[in-house]
Formats: sequence, C-alpha cells, structure tokens
Amino acid sequence: MRRLADLAPPLLLTALLLAAWETACRLADLPVYVLPPPSAVALALVEAGPRLAASAWITFGMAVQALILAGLIGGGLALAVSLHPGAERAVRPLAVALQVTPVVAVAPLVLIWAGLDHADRAVVALAALVAFFPLFSGVLTGLKSADPDLERLFDLYGATPLQRLWRLRLPSAVPFALEGLRVAAGLAVIGAVVAEFVSGSGATQGLAWRLLEAGNRLRTAEMLAGVLCLTVLGLVLNAAVALTARFLLRR
Amino acid sequence: MAEFIAALRGVTVDLAGRAPLGPIDLTVARGEILALVGASGAGKSTTLRLLAGLQTASAGELTRAAGVGRTGFVFQSPTLTPWADALSNVALPLELAGVSRSQARDRAAAALAAVGLSDRLNAPPSQLSGGMAMRAALARALVTAPDLLLLDEPFAALDSVTRRRLIEDLHALWATAAPRPAVVFVTHDVEEAVYLAQRVVVLDAASGRPVADLPTPGAPPRPDRWRADPAFRQTVEAVVDALEAAMAPQADTAA
Repeated sequence: MRRLADLAPPLLLTALLLAAWETACRLADLPVYVLPPPSAVALALVEAGPRLAASAWITFGMAVQALILAGLIGGGLALAVSLHPGAERAVRPLAVALQVTPVVAVAPLVLIWAGLDHADRAVVALAALVAFFPLFSGVLTGLKSADPDLERLFDLYGATPLQRLWRLRLPSAVPFALEGLRVAAGLAVIGAVVAEFVSGSGATQGLAWRLLEAGNRLRTAEMLAGVLCLTVLGLVLNAAVALTARFLLRR
Repeated sequence: MAEFIAALRGVTVDLAGRAPLGPIDLTVARGEILALVGASGAGKSTTLRLLAGLQTASAGELTRAAGVGRTGFVFQSPTLTPWADALSNVALPLELAGVSRSQARDRAAAALAAVGLSDRLNAPPSQLSGGMAMRAALARALVTAPDLLLLDEPFAALDSVTRRRLIEDLHALWATAAPRPAVVFVTHDVEEAVYLAQRVVVLDAASGRPVADLPTPGAPPRPDRWRADPAFRQTVEAVVDALEAAMAPQADTAA
C-alpha cells in the first residue's frame, strides 16, 4: 500500500506528459522525423527491440569492463597513496586534472592509441577514464575516514601498518567506495556513449552506434527508443550498485 | 611515595592554536584510582594521552615502572567498529598483539561476561544501547589485563542512572582484578570524581598543571548512599573550591 502511494505520483506525471506529447504531435501535425509521438516510439521499440537489446548488451559489457578497470586502478592508486602522506599531494592535482578534461576532447586521441581496429578497447578505456575519479576519490577519502580515536587505539596496541589497513582503514572505506562506485557507474555509461560517438559508425556496435545509424536514416522514433534503452541501462547499473551496497552494509 | 606505575616529570606539550601546556608533574601509583578534573581545554585528555604514550611531549619525560605491561584506554565514545560484532571488537587488542584467534576470542568472551554482556557476544554495535556499548569498550580496554587503565570522560553521554551503574561496575571490576590496575579517570563532574576516586587532581585551566591534589575519605568501592555522607559533600565542596581557584584569571607575573 505504501509502495503504491510512493509510485503513483511519478507514474501519473509520466502518463500526463506522454499524453500531452501524443496530443501535441497529432494536433500540430508534425512530421515524424522531427518529433514522433510516443506511440511511434513504442512501436519502434518493439520493432527494433532485438537489435537494440543486442547493442545494449554490448554497451553494458563495455561499461562494466570500464568500471572494473577503473576500480582496480583507482582503488589501487588510492591504497598506494594512502600509505604515504606526501603521495596524495603529488597525485591529487593530476587526478583532478584528469577529471576536468572533457572526455570528448580526449576520445580521438585514445582512439588513435588504441588503434582504429580496436575501437572497443578505446571505448572501455575512455569509460574507465571518466569512472576513475569518483572511485579514486571515494576510496582515498574512505581510507582516511577512520575515527581518530580508533586510530589512537591501534597506536596504543602497536598495530603494524598492514593490521591497521586490513582491520581499520579498509573496512572504514567500504561505504565511501560504494558511493564512488554509484557515481562511477553512471559516468561509465556516459563515457562509453561518448567514445562510441567519436569512434563513428560500425567500429563498435553498442547503443550509441544504433543512435548514429538511426539518425543517419532519419528514424527519429528509433533514436528515441535507443535513448530510452540508455536510460534503462543507467538505471539498471545504478540499482545493481545500490543492491550490492545494501548487501554489504547490512550491519 | 608508593610504588608508581607511570609518572610525568616536567612534561610540556605544544598544541596547535593555543599556549603550550605544562610543565606537568603527575605520578600515578600502582593500583590507585585517580580522577582528573579541570575546565574544558585544561588539557585533561592531553594528560591521558601523555600517560598512554599517544602524545609527543616537547620537553620532560614519561616514566613507566619496569616490567610494565599494557595500557587500556576508554574514549569519550565507545568507538567500536560497526563492521564487527561485540566479541570481535573486544578481541581486537589481543589479536593485534598476536594472540591466536581462538584464544583471543575466549578471553574476549570472558571480558564481555565480566561487564555483563555474555548474552550479547555476537551483537553488532548498532544493536547495543549506549550503556552496553560503553561496557563493551570497557571490556576491550580490560581484555589485555592492563596495569594502567585510562578513561577519558567515558560516561558523559549516558543518563545518570546508567552512569551510576557503570561506575559501580568499574569499581567492582577494579576491586576483583588481580593485580588491581591503576585507573586514571578524566571527568568534569566533581561528584563523579569524588565518588569514584581515591584522590582527585585538579588541573589549572590555562597551563594544565596539576594545582590541587585532594584525597577522598574512605576507600572505593563505596556504597551508593555514601553520596549523602557529610564527608562526601565536604570533599566535593573542597574540589569545587580548588576548581574555581584554578579557573580564576591568573595574575600577570611577567609584569
């Protein structure tokens, strides 16, 4: 009953907006290639469903690979940096520089380095690039977040650096790392789409390529269906991370 | 002077953003209960950290009696790790010292039983009340059988009934331990200090130096009704007077 009451307002608003869109399209008699009505998008979704699903799977796979790569590099680097007080000052400005550089601008370079025959590698690398910062920053903040009195307790009992890391800092970092992962998951999808756009048609066959292809043929309804798939993909990744977090933080 | 367990001699401490503390001279006798009182910022916590060896002094020295074992420390909040149950939290000091896991867990279970938590061994800290969490923290400080137990306003956040019970329990744990640990208890509650301790040391508000050292009549553990005893009231008043003197603005001796 509560759940229904929670769900009703957003569903109602969505239905209203879709109805307004549909009505506007019919009244204004807009060409479908400019703005197709929701009914046409739904039709396109059914018709192009199989190939969109296949492409979504490819994009999903690349985003997940990127997340794993970014997690290993970002987490590993944060761990290394946390062990040496001076290292953070050296590494953090570089990490921030990496974060503020637009991924679109770097994409052509990475594509050249990956080799035009390996556009999928470039996509994974670029998605990992944008997912890197929240993971690095989250893990590093988490490793330093332990209660100062607990740090003192470990001092008092003469804990070794390894004991301190394993029994205090790593467990303290888990909630921060998961929050970083949640942000990184969203960014990884964005990074993958941008990279696919830049690599051009056919080099990879993910959702962004479907968007480009449908756009070239003025199949606007299919473009919108593809965008919808990307939204769902982002939501699925986000929910997966949230579920993992709830499982790990049960206590 | 009775045999001492720890002594600070002429210790000064430089702290960021304030005048240096000291020079502090303080001797803790083996097995005694000592209460440290003073205004906020008088250096009570710093003095405890000095005794624990957790604070570097800029001058002076800390002496611990030869053959001294470990120090137990209870902080203002229980500081249990939320990812581990009560038993693992209490076993932590032993495991850090290299005691085998099974032996550490046996001793931790015994320490938890001694503070009345034998039915909460596997409870995560989130499922312990404030009083229970503090008991677990006390068990963790005592699990290594320390000869010096340092407590930094441990019961300040608890309601008065729970606080009195914990003080009774602390007295009981201290009285039954063999040998008895020396206890240094920081508080800003004068009645708590007088009831708990054998002597009360008042710290100067500005320099953190001990400026008064008042013995309390009788010996702990004390009956609850001792709080109504005239001797108790008189001692409380004497400590309050000393505290007020320690807070008075100091004459400018440099002039």
